[in-house]
Amino acid sequence: MSKILIRGAKVLGGEPQDVLIDGETIAEVGADLSAEGAEVVEAAGKVLLPGLVDLHTHLREPGREDSETVLTGTRAAASGGYTAVFAMANTFPVADTAGVVEQVWRLGKEHGYCDVRPVGAVTVGLEGKKLAELGAMHESAAGVTVFSDDGKCVDDAVIMRRALEYVKAFGGVVAQHAQEPRLTEGAQMNEGVVSAELGLGGWPAVAEESIIARDVLLADHVGSRVHICHLSTAGSVEIVRWAKSRGIQVTAEVTPHHLLLTDELVRTYNPVYKVNPPLRTERDVHALREALADGTIDIVATDHAPHPHEDKDCEWAAAAMGMVGLETALSVVQETMVDTGLLDWAGVADRMSFEPARIGRATGHGRPVSAGEPANLTLVDTAYRGQVDPAGFASRSRNTPYEGRELPGRVTHTWLRGKATLVDGKLT
Amino acid sequence: MDTHANAHASDARPVLEGPDIARVLTRIAHEIVERAKGADDVVLLGIPTRGVFLAQRLAAKLEQITEREIPCGSLDITMYRDDLRLQPPRALARTEIPGDGIDGRLVVLVDDVLFSGRTIRAALDALNDIGRPRAVQLAVLVDRGHRELPIRADYVGKNLPTSLRETVKVLVTEEDGRDTVLLGTKPAAPGERQP
Amino acid sequence: MQRHLISAADLSRDDAVLILDTAEEMARVADRPIKKLPTLRGRTVVNLFFEDSTRTRISFEAAEKRLSADVINFTAKGSSVSKGESLKDTAQTLAAMGVDAVVIRHGASGAPYRLANSGWIDATVINAGDGTHQHPTQALLDAFTMRRRLVGRDAGLGQDLSGRRITVVGDVLHSRVARSNVDLLHTLGAEVTLVAPPTLLPVGVESWPCEVSYDLDATLPKSDAVMMLRVQRERMHAAFFPTEREYSRRYGLDSDRMARMPEHAIVMHPGPMVRGMEITAAVADSERCTAVEQVANGVSIRMAVLYLLLGGSETALTQARTTEEK
Repeated sequence: MSKILIRGAKVLGGEPQDVLIDGETIAEVGADLSAEGAEVVEAAGKVLLPGLVDLHTHLREPGREDSETVLTGTRAAASGGYTAVFAMANTFPVADTAGVVEQVWRLGKEHGYCDVRPVGAVTVGLEGKKLAELGAMHESAAGVTVFSDDGKCVDDAVIMRRALEYVKAFGGVVAQHAQEPRLTEGAQMNEGVVSAELGLGGWPAVAEESIIARDVLLADHVGSRVHICHLSTAGSVEIVRWAKSRGIQVTAEVTPHHLLLTDELVRTYNPVYKVNPPLRTERDVHALREALADGTIDIVATDHAPHPHEDKDCEWAAAAMGMVGLETALSVVQETMVDTGLLDWAGVADRMSFEPARIGRATGHGRPVSAGEPANLTLVDTAYRGQVDPAGFASRSRNTPYEGRELPGRVTHTWLRGKATLVDGKLT
Repeated sequence: MDTHANAHASDARPVLEGPDIARVLTRIAHEIVERAKGADDVVLLGIPTRGVFLAQRLAAKLEQITEREIPCGSLDITMYRDDLRLQPPRALARTEIPGDGIDGRLVVLVDDVLFSGRTIRAALDALNDIGRPRAVQLAVLVDRGHRELPIRADYVGKNLPTSLRETVKVLVTEEDGRDTVLLGTKPAAPGERQP
Repeated sequence: MQRHLISAADLSRDDAVLILDTAEEMARVADRPIKKLPTLRGRTVVNLFFEDSTRTRISFEAAEKRLSADVINFTAKGSSVSKGESLKDTAQTLAAMGVDAVVIRHGASGAPYRLANSGWIDATVINAGDGTHQHPTQALLDAFTMRRRLVGRDAGLGQDLSGRRITVVGDVLHSRVARSNVDLLHTLGAEVTLVAPPTLLPVGVESWPCEVSYDLDATLPKSDAVMMLRVQRERMHAAFFPTEREYSRRYGLDSDRMARMPEHAIVMHPGPMVRGMEITAAVADSERCTAVEQVANGVSIRMAVLYLLLGGSETALTQARTTEEK
């Protein structure tokens, strides 16, 4: 592989520097590096970040290839500046055996757009009754370290406790989809002023918060670490903040859409806004932004959830929950966190690369931009502003809530171990 | 009809004043008595809005002449119009059929202006749904010509030859504060349709 | 007026009064030997019912037929819908047959809104009840009944319900009737009080333009109309209240309670009534109960809505023809 010189990029938003990639690694970072023998990428004014890592992606393969495949999903990831994604387990069949996780992992490797780290199911068939073979999945070629029944909550306290304990043996982590099932029967949207008016089944904040409270206490009790998926309420933030202050090993993620959108949008009854957990209120959005800024929430994860058109082109109750997010995540984070002054680009690198890689034990990802590190890099044109056009998505699905919305920032280049996967906004 | 939206232009000039109107109504009342041979079975039905007031005045005059009570009501034809779909829906006016009904009676429809005849066609349809009169006659204050249907008035206050560019507006005290008939020129408003 | 009727909240005071006034004229048609008007001749209206509701469907059908519309009834049961056809496909199939208006009843809140706003079809959409969201024609017929009884038939023309105190009792949480009534009655100037056990009130009700009380007995003497909502027995099993007996003791309307209402006050019920639960037979059958009247008024209200939405000009094409005809 040849040399690439990225010239004049603001590394993590700092002073402009040159970054020289040689083969799969970063050879040198500094001023006025020699371009000799290197392909030059002019990056003046752009921000260079470590390749983004998404701890929460639905690639849908196997089983729902009509929504997304490993290929289309990883292309979407590269397009959004990601070099590693964690693929959730709720496929058909469920990723609850070594066989399924290895298949997904291998597909990612073959396509080469983005590293795919499969997430294993906590329980067999996501049914919450019987632990899946967590150890076997860890020992498989996929090397699973993150386990989640995402889409469903591990609501049985005993099963959750056992899972938390069991994965300690190999440094795994359980990522909980916090949703008390009885409190959310028939739930369609955030329970509050808007749901009362629209007559849609309410999804109370307490259904999320009560599970988080229980799980941090369980984690404390058994000395395990626990990760909270897509935290969405101000109350959840308070609980995680309290747990962290007690020294409990809890990490938490927030999605880009929960940083930007509120349940007021549901007034359109357009199912493109239907998502789990639901869009909450303005107050929640502000609490989430602050928590991401102060580190209470550790990372941004997309919960990229592709759905075919027909699953959204219907009445609200019949529609599937979820939004695609890989290709708009960084723009939304810039809009909500950077342009508002809550986070600098080093902070973005932390929340979208370093920390998710650390939580998921994604070796080789989330590394500093310095000599000797793997060349997983993302170059962002932060001065860009443009309308989101789903027609241009690499994802197979178009269920974005941002269609037509103007957002800042555009990923122009992505390198996965020195190999360009995105050049000038075009996939290779 | 009272839909001459733009007819109150300053160039409108009166062609009938209050006393003229009173006089022609008296004449029409006498004509009705004469032709209906005493007006024994006459029922007056005014077409809203202004036809109703004219019908009431005619009834009063007929009562003076005949010294009998003359049944008088109103017949809203909105729902029977043939141009409903050409305009936004109109508010409905009251249809008030006198207690003894119209079966076997001589119904005299009363309207302010006779123009295309479409209003009267609608009124005949509406009557059809309400009962079976012995006969139906028509009394109008002004006949301005330009018929689009084979309809004629039995009693006319004033024949007023007009061009299609002109507007005729009847004002009555009960609704407008004064009695007069105004002839004006229609401003060139595309899409506007006269009754 | 707008093109569709989706929510009572979309109606301005003047719109609402116009509908009530128009309904008053429509009601007079029912007294004629020929109870039919030619107004919607040549227009096709489909009653698209995804939920069983014979009462509402028949009421709409009667209204449509009295206005001479061509009526197509479509009930989801045993149709392609139960075989998995989507709302969109069903609607488009009907639209392809040249339907001018769709009267839709659907179990999913927001389905009529979607039908009207997603570009699937071009027809006028009238909401005949969606999920636990809205049932605007029910609210209109309720307001019509109140205006007739509390203000007067002729005296009520052009009037709203300013200052009237309306109490709505029962399962507000699951009730589209309650939501529509709160919106419309507020628009018409009435003061609404909701009375229910806290379990049957939605979280967020505090933002509604009404008062909330848990105490029926305290509210009755201050009510000009008391509307009893149906309480389905199955709610008991979901722990909304302990037993039927306790519910009807605390929130049911019996003769003793009715005696605490002012002399002129009326008892309303959107039907179907669960006698012995929210209302006793003696109250339901009393002179003060307007349940049957409400049914009759429903036809007049629906005629008014159909006339005002469909009776006039609609597309630009029709407008263009007007100009040519001149």
